Amino acid sequence: MKLLFSIQGGDFTHAGHPSSEVKKVLKQLDIDGKTIKNIVIALYEAEVNVVAHAWKGTVSVEIDENKITIWVEDEGPGIADIDLAMQAGYSTASTKVRAMGFGAGMGLPNMKKNADELLIESEVDKGTKVKMVNYF
Amino acid sequence: MNEGSSKYHALDASRCIGCTHCMKSCPTEAIRVVNGLAVIDHERCVYCGQCHRACPTHAFYVVQDDLAMIRSFKYRVILFPSIMIGQFPEKYSEDQIYDGLKKVGFTHVYEVEQPMQVLIDSINEVLTDKETPKPAISIYCPAIVRLIQGRYPSLTENLILRKAPHNLAAHFAIEQLMLEGALREEIGLFYATPCIAKIAAVKSPVGESESIVDGIVNMNQLYNEVMKVISEGEAEDNSVQRQNLSAEGITWSLTRGESCHFGSRSIAIDGIHNAVRFLERLENDQVKGIDFIEMRACDQSCAGGILLTGNRFMTVERLERRAKRYPAAKDIPQDTIRANTEELKQKLILDPIVPKPHFAFGKERVKAMEKMNKAQRIVCFLPGIDCGACGAPNCHALAEDMVNNKAKMSDCTFLQQMWVGEDKINARKAFLNIQKKWGTDRFKADCNKRGRRNEGF
Repeated sequence: MKLLFSIQGGDFTHAGHPSSEVKKVLKQLDIDGKTIKNIVIALYEAEVNVVAHAWKGTVSVEIDENKITIWVEDEGPGIADIDLAMQAGYSTASTKVRAMGFGAGMGLPNMKKNADELLIESEVDKGTKVKMVNYF
Repeated sequence: MNEGSSKYHALDASRCIGCTHCMKSCPTEAIRVVNGLAVIDHERCVYCGQCHRACPTHAFYVVQDDLAMIRSFKYRVILFPSIMIGQFPEKYSEDQIYDGLKKVGFTHVYEVEQPMQVLIDSINEVLTDKETPKPAISIYCPAIVRLIQGRYPSLTENLILRKAPHNLAAHFAIEQLMLEGALREEIGLFYATPCIAKIAAVKSPVGESESIVDGIVNMNQLYNEVMKVISEGEAEDNSVQRQNLSAEGITWSLTRGESCHFGSRSIAIDGIHNAVRFLERLENDQVKGIDFIEMRACDQSCAGGILLTGNRFMTVERLERRAKRYPAAKDIPQDTIRANTEELKQKLILDPIVPKPHFAFGKERVKAMEKMNKAQRIVCFLPGIDCGACGAPNCHALAEDMVNNKAKMSDCTFLQQMWVGEDKINARKAFLNIQKKWGTDRFKADCNKRGRRNEGF
């Protein structure tokens, strides 16, 4: 089954809506609680990244019998050095974003920790594409 | 319907007007209206009491034990939370109220929140244990425990496995009475409850093999019984039964009554719908750095319990004032407690609480996915105004009921209306469908019919 959501850059108020919806579906499919938690944490971090850095983005989710695939794609500044961005604590978030409690540089590391597979493609000044897979 | 758990609350069909208020307020979508009457799915019900509060005709009632049953015990102990004191008009002193409870037939009167330091120490032991997942969540409110088991199963491991004050007081009362020479089988313990959730918690406890209490008394009923016999004059001094009561104990059942004692950062939440929103965040890992969470289903915590008589805000005020007259829990000397506190602490440990997810579409994933896809397609055709005229709380719930073979497309009055317009079904058939859902009498012109009198709105 497929789910599609859009994300508005800068809209912290509504960040978390896609993760909550995905969570609801996974619960209805009787997926194990720990697995759901991993998926939701990874997705929420990805959402916050779009909100904090990009102009706009989409979340598409495909759920199969034994796995969930999530694509988070945005139009935004992109990531110049993905390896550097993957390091815990590295952050380019603005002071304004940090003041809201986000941008601690744990987003990408947290996604890597919670997704079974993580693939990031990015082009500077164009945008970023993230693909995450979790197996049930 | 699970008959086993249906005994804690039920619906009086002669009062129910099938108005959808309860169905709309239920935090677990456990109510449907069938044949013009509310029906509770007890598998989903967490006993929060929202339906009782929402009902304009007071059609829900609590199934309780007969007060006469206390007579079969030599030592008859009433255990009641401190909020009970807050129900009475100011002019009645604590001793007059204690005295009234004895006149009703009890031999011993214990407020449950004592000796509180034992429970505080016990919870602190859990919190300082590095293995405890944070934020740790209090099990104090049984409706919250059931809500987490059913709707937030991954958070069950955050629950603090220490029993509630009523267990503390029950063990303590038994120990005290046996010191006075009573035999265990001569002691009958009765708990005065402010809500249905506590009834369920006492009768079929989660994380305990059996309940320690022999019976339940509805606090409303007990209040009325006491008011019949309470003396207007000076009452006997019963303060000896309160000598282990502390300021912490008195305010424990109020909002922030627990959270103010634990962790360097704690949060207190009251109201079931607030709890739902917060648990949603907590499960998404959006709550960082909090050690302890107190969470209660009722607004103003137990002072807002559905079986109380007094106004919740006045109850809070009276208890806060009362607490100022009592010592801090840690200042009550050990020789006053006269109990083995280490042994008491051991008795407070709960067995692990297991998740009980209620929302899955069955165990077979492929079938469940088919059902979900189907439900999503159905939702596209429904009007999306969540009117409740189909007997389900919202369009999405109706779609889910349909794929579970509990409802059909024609239950939606809007779709029906459209089909009548398109000549797909005849008007007579459409009307019969509505009558089936809402009963035949609903459309008769009768100024005394159910719902006409606007009771309680």
